[in-house]
Amino acid sequence: MAINKKAKDIFASPVASAIAVIVAVLWTIPTFGLLVSSIRPEQDINQSGWWTFFTNPTFTLDNYTQVLFQGSTTNPPLFQFFFNSFALTIPAVVFPITLALFAAYALAWFNFRGKDTIFFIIFGLQVVPLQLTLIPLLQLFSKGLVIGGVTLIPDLGITGTFIPIWIAHTIFGLPLAVFLLHNFLSQIPRELIEAGRVDGANWFTLFSKIVLPLSVPAIASFSIFQFLWVWNDLLVGLTFGGGVKQVAPMTVRIAEMVGSRGSGWELLTAGAFVSMIVPLIVFFALQRYFVRGLLAGSVKG
Amino acid sequence: MSFKTKRVLAATASAVVATLFLAGCAPASNNDSANCDNYSDYKGFEGTEVEVYTTIIAPEADLFVESFADFERCTGITVNWNGTQEFEAQIAVRVEGGTAPDLAIFPQPGLLAKFADSLVPASAKLSESVDANYSPDWKNYGTVDGTFFAAPLGANVKSFVWYNPKVFKDNNYTIPTTWDELLALSDQIAADGQIQPWCAGFGSGEATGWVGTDWMEDIMLRTADAETYDAWVTHGIPFNDPAVATAIGEAGKILKNPDYVGDVASIATTTFQDGGAGIVDGTCAMHRQASFIGGILAADHGAVIVDPSNTEEANGISVFYFPGASADNKPALGGGEFVAAFSDRGEVAALQHFLTTPLWNNNKAKLGGWFSANKGLDEANVADPVNKVAVQILKNATTFRFDGSDVMPAAVGAGTFWKEMTAWVAEDKSDEAVLDAIEKSWPKN
Repeated sequence: MAINKKAKDIFASPVASAIAVIVAVLWTIPTFGLLVSSIRPEQDINQSGWWTFFTNPTFTLDNYTQVLFQGSTTNPPLFQFFFNSFALTIPAVVFPITLALFAAYALAWFNFRGKDTIFFIIFGLQVVPLQLTLIPLLQLFSKGLVIGGVTLIPDLGITGTFIPIWIAHTIFGLPLAVFLLHNFLSQIPRELIEAGRVDGANWFTLFSKIVLPLSVPAIASFSIFQFLWVWNDLLVGLTFGGGVKQVAPMTVRIAEMVGSRGSGWELLTAGAFVSMIVPLIVFFALQRYFVRGLLAGSVKG
Repeated sequence: MSFKTKRVLAATASAVVATLFLAGCAPASNNDSANCDNYSDYKGFEGTEVEVYTTIIAPEADLFVESFADFERCTGITVNWNGTQEFEAQIAVRVEGGTAPDLAIFPQPGLLAKFADSLVPASAKLSESVDANYSPDWKNYGTVDGTFFAAPLGANVKSFVWYNPKVFKDNNYTIPTTWDELLALSDQIAADGQIQPWCAGFGSGEATGWVGTDWMEDIMLRTADAETYDAWVTHGIPFNDPAVATAIGEAGKILKNPDYVGDVASIATTTFQDGGAGIVDGTCAMHRQASFIGGILAADHGAVIVDPSNTEEANGISVFYFPGASADNKPALGGGEFVAAFSDRGEVAALQHFLTTPLWNNNKAKLGGWFSANKGLDEANVADPVNKVAVQILKNATTFRFDGSDVMPAAVGAGTFWKEMTAWVAEDKSDEAVLDAIEKSWPKN
């Protein structure tokens, strides 16, 4: 308590507030410049800095209409990729959270041998850089898994669909999800679970009636993490999409928008904001859970 | 390395934009009714698809897609043009991961060689077509360890001298066809005293000096034979070999001669964009630079790119061939792309073969801003005056070589070679000191 109070005093002091405001402003200036650039005409962007907007305001939405709706066969409008990003992101958030919730529940409350070992292995898997797994995973999706002539996983013919990207994001998201949710779930008061047992609830009823409602903050905060990560991801989408445009997320398109000679960079400013708008909505919608959830999962005791 | 490639693309780019515009006004395609007789070789693959993986993205990519329209209609093969800027990194991942594209367009032969194990060797038919339509040098760049894999696609050329045709006509200067004539003309211009014979600029930010390496490479191709050039690029001979010393000596006759270039040291501080400004306003006569500089001079200095025969336009600039040692020594320095197959399906082979035909090369050139080294390419289909000269250069070329500094290890090709060429003009560093320093920096394995 005493520590909390002290911390509160420190952060409430005017000096600290001033520093926080200054940092926030400095941090936001580049993004703000990008926003201003995105509403300036192409010629102005090329000729002068965004700050001249204030002395000589010129306003246009051309960049946005061009980015979203105009294009050609090889240069399709960003609009289409907007839906790809949704189709990729939503399952890639739902799958790992669902799996991780069940796993964390079992690891936190079931008694079985090797439980701690399993938990540590899952936790330890976080240190594996995902870049290492790109090629083996891609081979798994495109060729199946054959060891010593025995086909363990056949070639499922799923390359060029959303499925490999979903699976890849799920795999990469699981260790952190299991870790965070496990720590959160294990703090649910034992009395609650025991009371439920006494009333005759089975493990699944306990999960759906007690554990799930209580873990909403943790689920929400992890959803934000996973959503931002998947939405902003370029590498996984580019690699596991098999180079197919039909399943490429928005980031892949934005990376190419600038054109082969970097001449289209006025489009990048608008493209960046189109892609930024959804994470912003998600963040503001879920942010009241965010701080709670962050603290809840990470600090024990 | 890709630095220069991008510059070259920039030129094509501006031309493309212009032609896109023009193409819009042209009467609806006159070969709309083109019968499919020319495509009878590629029958039997209806309903199939071929993926082409490439670095070429919009806006150039649209013209490629357009050029496949007849092929797609007549053969029933759908061409999926898949351009990405991450090509160089992603191609390795895709090949290793088992999702290799059908066809890949490699922007440089070195990258192609790394995938020789996964590529499908060219069929006899493709090999025949390349033999018939390209010079052996081009075929060699698509060959790895004696196996021919990749057919040439587009090309670019660096062996240009930019000049102002009106200035040349007004002063009765004739276009030189040999190295000696070039020096004689330079002397004549210097003696007249009205115009500075040459202007040059090496400045390019961190890449300052690359213009100097282009000079060296172009002259090396002229003073030594192609084999010596190859040995120089791959370090088969040391960088301070007498053959290289000859080349830098010849380059010095122009670049380090104050009678030709004025203040030698200022070459290092003049940016390459401004280096050729003098030929637009007629204050200097000649400027050796690749094709892309036309677009920059037009945008920054009001130049008009004209046909060499147009001697009326005051701000007109054009190009002639950077001459060889003799009139029949005509090497060309430049670059190009190569199409290799990772899949041996019939439709893939059909498209790969089609891209080597004069039919496609002419159709593609007609769309503008593009040319290739295909012998069947008709100059009349190349609208841009500079590209037209480039096609002539490629056709007449006795040898063709890739830009050497792009092939050398980065520590040299994008490092000491640039720096030492800069010191060569900026500090008047001697030829020997320059070559010794570069030789010393060559990575030892």
